[in-house]
Amino acid sequence: MSEAIAVEARGVSKVFGQGDGAVRALDNVSVAVRSGEFFTLLGPSGCGKTTLLRMIAGFESPTSGSILLDGTDITDLPPNRRPVNTVFQSYALFPHLTVAQNVAFGLAMLGRPGDEVKRRTAEMLALVKLDAMAGRRISQLSGGQQQRVALARALAPAPKVLLLDEPLSALDLKLRQAMQIELKRLQTETGITFIFVTHDQEEALTMSDRIAVMSAGHILQSGSPREIYSRPVNRFVADFIGETNFIPATVSGGVAALPGGAVPVARGAGRVTLAVRPEHVRLVPQGTEGALPGRVTNSVYFGTDSHIHVALSDGTEVVARLQSGPEGQSGPAVGTETGITFAPGSVQVLED
Amino acid sequence: MAATLEERRDRDRVRRNWWLSVPALVLLFVAAIGPLFIVLVYSFLTPGDYTGVQRPFTTEAWFQIFRERDIFDPAVTTWADAHITIFWRSVKLALATTLITFAVGLPTAWFIATRPPAQRAMWLFLITIPFWTNLLIRTFAILEIIRNEGLLNQVLLGLGLRSEPLQLLYTDTAVLIGMTYVYLPLMVLPLFAAIDRFDMRLIEAGYDLYASRLGVLRRVILPIIRPGIIAGSILVFIPALGAYVTPRVLGGGKNMMIGNFIELQFGQGRNWPLGSSLSVMLLIVVTVALLFYVRVATGGRRDG
Repeated sequence: MSEAIAVEARGVSKVFGQGDGAVRALDNVSVAVRSGEFFTLLGPSGCGKTTLLRMIAGFESPTSGSILLDGTDITDLPPNRRPVNTVFQSYALFPHLTVAQNVAFGLAMLGRPGDEVKRRTAEMLALVKLDAMAGRRISQLSGGQQQRVALARALAPAPKVLLLDEPLSALDLKLRQAMQIELKRLQTETGITFIFVTHDQEEALTMSDRIAVMSAGHILQSGSPREIYSRPVNRFVADFIGETNFIPATVSGGVAALPGGAVPVARGAGRVTLAVRPEHVRLVPQGTEGALPGRVTNSVYFGTDSHIHVALSDGTEVVARLQSGPEGQSGPAVGTETGITFAPGSVQVLED
Repeated sequence: MAATLEERRDRDRVRRNWWLSVPALVLLFVAAIGPLFIVLVYSFLTPGDYTGVQRPFTTEAWFQIFRERDIFDPAVTTWADAHITIFWRSVKLALATTLITFAVGLPTAWFIATRPPAQRAMWLFLITIPFWTNLLIRTFAILEIIRNEGLLNQVLLGLGLRSEPLQLLYTDTAVLIGMTYVYLPLMVLPLFAAIDRFDMRLIEAGYDLYASRLGVLRRVILPIIRPGIIAGSILVFIPALGAYVTPRVLGGGKNMMIGNFIELQFGQGRNWPLGSSLSVMLLIVVTVALLFYVRVATGGRRDG
């Protein structure tokens, strides 16, 4: 992965409609995607992630701002003149063509010679392991196979950037997990820059080199999955990615006062919200030094782990994640008096 | 692929209940196949003295389609140029009607199919309104518009675009205008049905894969809505080829089409066998042309 920028959005805004009914889908968004990276736009539906993707593809034009590809302004280029291909959410495969003809479509439209089209098509079908299906009609394929055809079709013209619009959302869980690994493999093998749009935080964390978390037309935070997960910049990001305990506290002199105790924090002053991931909450015997006293109010078993809900002395609920033991043990029973501590460095101070 | 249990059960049920289609079969026989058979028999008979047919059986009527006998010496024959002219004009006008209705109908159907669902019903309703009025009345309405003193010429003269009236009436162009107007809904409706099923996202996919606008139309839209194009073309071409009222009213006596010529044999011409042989001939030509067209248009495939 180089540091060169493949795609850049500069101060991009998009307003749909006019007057009172106008909706601002993107509000002065700037983002730079590095060449050869797997970049994910993550956010809830309606956050503008798909609009941004469609702008890079050329299906939408920004109300203001510009889109750059390899440093060249492509804002006014139509989709058929951008070396960028899309894997659509609905796949949008051509029903009147065979699998091979679908894959060959882009190359044929680019006017490549027949033998090159043939060779490249065969290569792509092999890459997505569909060689045996070349002559099939699209309607004869399963959802997962259609997904692979859509990938092969978009990759065949060797685009500079591949755009993926929630391509896995129509697949069931097992297939989705298999495709996640497959996508990552394809990206590594081809070295093509992938821009992936999803609302599924787990999908984003598993596959991405970098993630941009979006909400209401803004990018709230972008960084590696680890940065986003362990150092969320605000409450929205912390809440959207993974599970988080939000604990109101008052900070003074580097110490946050909590019901029944206190914890050291790196920054902040006055009333703040502390964020702690459930896996960083530890249950200890009550009375342990530095532990906050509490009582177990609920215990939910998930198989690999359990969520233990602990009410602090003022009623604030904190969830701890406990790995299941070999015998299926899942922590203290409901009603047990317990103490909680937080793993060192795990407490984040959030601006609301 | 093996048929599923349900498919087999359904097929068995359909086979057992074949007798339910007896009324339809009887109607089909009495109303379609029976009369056709009579026409076929008539084409091998001799014209009656005043009207109708009489024996003996002969192939004379079929001979007359192609060759014309000299009035004074029946043994001398020449090519029946008039028949060929009329037949050729019919085919030409029917083809032109099909092409023009397609050219006009495709954007129309596209427009309707891309309206919001609530408006779509209204547009479709408007398309079918002409069917509510008798064909003859509508044809005379066209005549009113295009005749020398008609609306069109008044406008042209009034705007000073022409110094004398445009002679449209009683020309092939007039027949073409009339037929295009009459048969346009028959093209629009099947096209609409096909476009309505068309997944508009495929346009973006084509566009994304380097197809130009024209490329998307030719390589994505047209192939996918092909069943609608085939249906519309057949629905327009067949009645246009046998059109009677429109060429009669707008073409005058001179610009006859095959339908008018057949009518002439049963009326003033008093040559029922020739009228019959021409009818059967027309049927054969249409059937062969249709089979050929469908074969070519579907690219020899039977699926889809």
